[in-house]
Amino acid sequence: MKISLTVNGRKIQEDIQESMLLIDFLRSHGYTSVKRGCETSNCGLCTVLMDDHPILSCSMLAARADGHSIVTLEGAGKEAEAFAEFMAKEGAEQCGFCSPGLIMNVIAMKKELKNPTKEEIKQYLSGNLCRCSGYMSQMRAIEKYLQEESV
Amino acid sequence: MKQISQPVVKKDAAALLSGKPVYTDDLAMKDCLIIKLLRSPHAFAKIKKIDTSKALRIPGIEAIFTYEDVPNTRFTLAGQTYPELSPYDGKILENIVRYVGDEVAIIVGKDEMCCEQAKKLIQVEYEVYEPLLDFTKAIDNKIVVHPEDDYKYLVDIGNEVKRNIVSQGRDEAGDVEKELSLCDVVIERDYHTKANAQAMMETFRSYAYLDAYNRLNIVSSTQIPFHVRRIVANALELPKSKIRVIKPRIGGGFGAKQTACCEIFSAFVTWKLKKPSKIVYTREETFMASNSRHEMKMHVRVGAMKDGTICAIDLHTLSNTGAYGEHGPTTVGLSGHKSLPLYKLNASCFSYEVVYTNTMRAGAYRGYGATQGIFAVESAINELADALKMDPCELRLKNMVEEGDIMPQYYNETANSCTLKDCLLKAMELIDWKNKSLKTDLGDKVRGLGVALAMQGSGIANVDVGSVRIKLEDDGFYTLSIGATDMGTGCDTILAQMAAECLDCEVDQIVVQGVDTDSSPYDTGSYASSTTYVTGMAVVKACEQLKEKIVKEAALLMQTKEEELVFDGKMIRTLDENKAMSLNEFAYLCAAGGKGKMLMADDSHSSMVSPPPFMAGIAEVDVDKLTGEITMHDYVAVVDCGTVINTNLARVQVEGGIAQGIGMALLEDIVYDKNGRMIANSFMQYKLPTRKDVGEIRVDFMPSYEPTGPFGAKSIGEVVINTPSPAIASAVAHASGQYVRTLPITPEKVLGFKHED
Ligand code: FES
Ligand code: FES
Repeated sequence: MKISLTVNGRKIQEDIQESMLLIDFLRSHGYTSVKRGCETSNCGLCTVLMDDHPILSCSMLAARADGHSIVTLEGAGKEAEAFAEFMAKEGAEQCGFCSPGLIMNVIAMKKELKNPTKEEIKQYLSGNLCRCSGYMSQMRAIEKYLQEESV
Repeated sequence: MKQISQPVVKKDAAALLSGKPVYTDDLAMKDCLIIKLLRSPHAFAKIKKIDTSKALRIPGIEAIFTYEDVPNTRFTLAGQTYPELSPYDGKILENIVRYVGDEVAIIVGKDEMCCEQAKKLIQVEYEVYEPLLDFTKAIDNKIVVHPEDDYKYLVDIGNEVKRNIVSQGRDEAGDVEKELSLCDVVIERDYHTKANAQAMMETFRSYAYLDAYNRLNIVSSTQIPFHVRRIVANALELPKSKIRVIKPRIGGGFGAKQTACCEIFSAFVTWKLKKPSKIVYTREETFMASNSRHEMKMHVRVGAMKDGTICAIDLHTLSNTGAYGEHGPTTVGLSGHKSLPLYKLNASCFSYEVVYTNTMRAGAYRGYGATQGIFAVESAINELADALKMDPCELRLKNMVEEGDIMPQYYNETANSCTLKDCLLKAMELIDWKNKSLKTDLGDKVRGLGVALAMQGSGIANVDVGSVRIKLEDDGFYTLSIGATDMGTGCDTILAQMAAECLDCEVDQIVVQGVDTDSSPYDTGSYASSTTYVTGMAVVKACEQLKEKIVKEAALLMQTKEEELVFDGKMIRTLDENKAMSLNEFAYLCAAGGKGKMLMADDSHSSMVSPPPFMAGIAEVDVDKLTGEITMHDYVAVVDCGTVINTNLARVQVEGGIAQGIGMALLEDIVYDKNGRMIANSFMQYKLPTRKDVGEIRVDFMPSYEPTGPFGAKSIGEVVINTPSPAIASAVAHASGQYVRTLPITPEKVLGFKHED
């Protein structure tokens, strides 16, 4: 089937297999920041934004993105860079495999929640697993980032 | 020191945080053939017949290989220095399958879809055997997991394969029975730790291709590139010179990738078909067909006097290595040798057996047996404190190992650097131990406190080796080649910090390269907490050499004597300051004009000792009176890893290790059904701790100075996973009155609803 969508501002039209998942579509187009950590929608590594909302690209058919706008870390620009700097300063990216998904979800969270509490942050991001960091350094980075952005 | 003990940002931070294609699957060429594996549905069976004819007719299928097509040699997948202590008990494919998930056929096709289709059409006729699933019944069972004649082992490990014993042994220091008979109190308990999945976020994967010289190139997400070269050479019956292994960025390992689970398949396919091929394990495969922590049952007897003097500990460990023996003989050793030395004892005894069963092979997982042993020993010490009605911290302060002590169960090594006492005192201060009681009623919940100590090693003494090469480049920067594998832990950065410190320059001036077995200096790999300590020392040695060479060469170029020159990292000048040359100028002169020569130095390091890092952990947990639900409230960890090289990365190592330990303590459990099929094979059933499960983790350091380590450093990567299980078990016991001795500590067990075994 034919789909047409925007990825990171670029229009793509393509004939795809109906069963193709969005994650595979994106990776095959070179957006390899999108990572897969599971087959059961449990890890959050594959998070991208569709029309500004975070979605799990492993659990969505590429066909459903037809007519929508997708943003991956490659296209997340300044916002991602700003947060990435806080992550790096904390050493919060260890293996880094979970970072793209986390960063996308943090960007979405910042839009959605105003002055979130620690508990709200944890709740919002609870679907983003990280096996390396123990989450504390990520939280330090997130809090500093939100603070910085609000001044 | 300018570069040491600093929060230097990881060298790969920018790439990782902007999603650059730096991991194995991002780099694989688009035309790779895809490999899928048909796996056994039976825990123990013989393949009588395989018919692949129908499957081969699926469009896009390139080849299907069965046991008849692969080399016949047995080898081990364990990434260990040759001669490996793991038995050579497996083949690429075999006509006997020994666990549910064991490989039956290799399917190669143009894409995943056709491989999956073909998989369903392969017809296999099995002669199904009764499996051996209960590891406590393995020894002398009528079922023999490895009945074959060509089974072999390279080192005496107490192997009795026909009795299902991979390895056995006993180490006694002093007369334990006599000491125990003299004690006022003897605590005798059984503890049981389960198989746990390392669950790194990037599953197993590798791809292979042939290069212009017809050599087999393997790109793999591995901790052990040099061992992979040997393992593939063994498996394919090829000379090592035919093989090159490249390690890009790795999405986590935690020991899992110290076993070469998937590389043999891409290597075999590419060698056979002369085409690039790729294999990526699913999460399900990673759960049920790779490797896990060794499940262990431990019997402990601790003897003490009424005043709290601990006199003797006797520990027996039974370890389940699963269907194959990777890391079996070695992990078990740590359960005793890295738990008993925590205390000054008159006598101790450690005995063990490691057995085969028809479950998934076990392997290496952070902590490597020490985690299991420490759960048993530290739990028993906690139960002893409760029995003596003594404060568990006081009991420890009275008995713990101190700097200068000889540790009989630790190969008689001396604890040359140890601030364990300060670690515990600091942890007590952080949690406000003195002003809290072990149990506080909060209404619906009860809050409990529990403590544990831990140790590990730093590299494997007299076995492992790290080497590095450092070159001065023409612009006055340096390239540092290392064979150690950064798996996300930041060792590339840490080693660059050390080089920068030695060479008096900025970390940015040191360029680090990923591992390529063709060009990187040999390194046994990143495991056994060795990188900072072992490879770090090689960095120091090589940099010292390079500095000498720089001065020597500069003396020639500047027409003066070596003794007259000083090099401060930026400038080379004569003592009288009459002549000076910048490093840039010097480097250019070396590279051009026929006057100089390019300077480089290499060195290796292997240590005679493996100095233990130590730590103390205190858990504060809430237990719901009605539901038994356990919530982590606070966890404090204070670590002695010698000198802290990178303050940020060390902290994150600790936080990450504690979180994994919390998972082990409360959530993670690999369970099999009665036919030997793994039930918990996805993140749906096998729960990793989320950011809501770990509570607050607070970390501090009490650096000692290790005389044999680079800048006084020891290791940190593994010790950090060892305290949560015993500390949390004790905290829960204090809160609920129920001592759970079989992990994980679930509400059902806390309420006593579920029988532990
Ligand atoms: S890949 Fe795990 S949630 Fe999408
Ligand atoms: S940094 Fe490795 S999984 Fe998060």
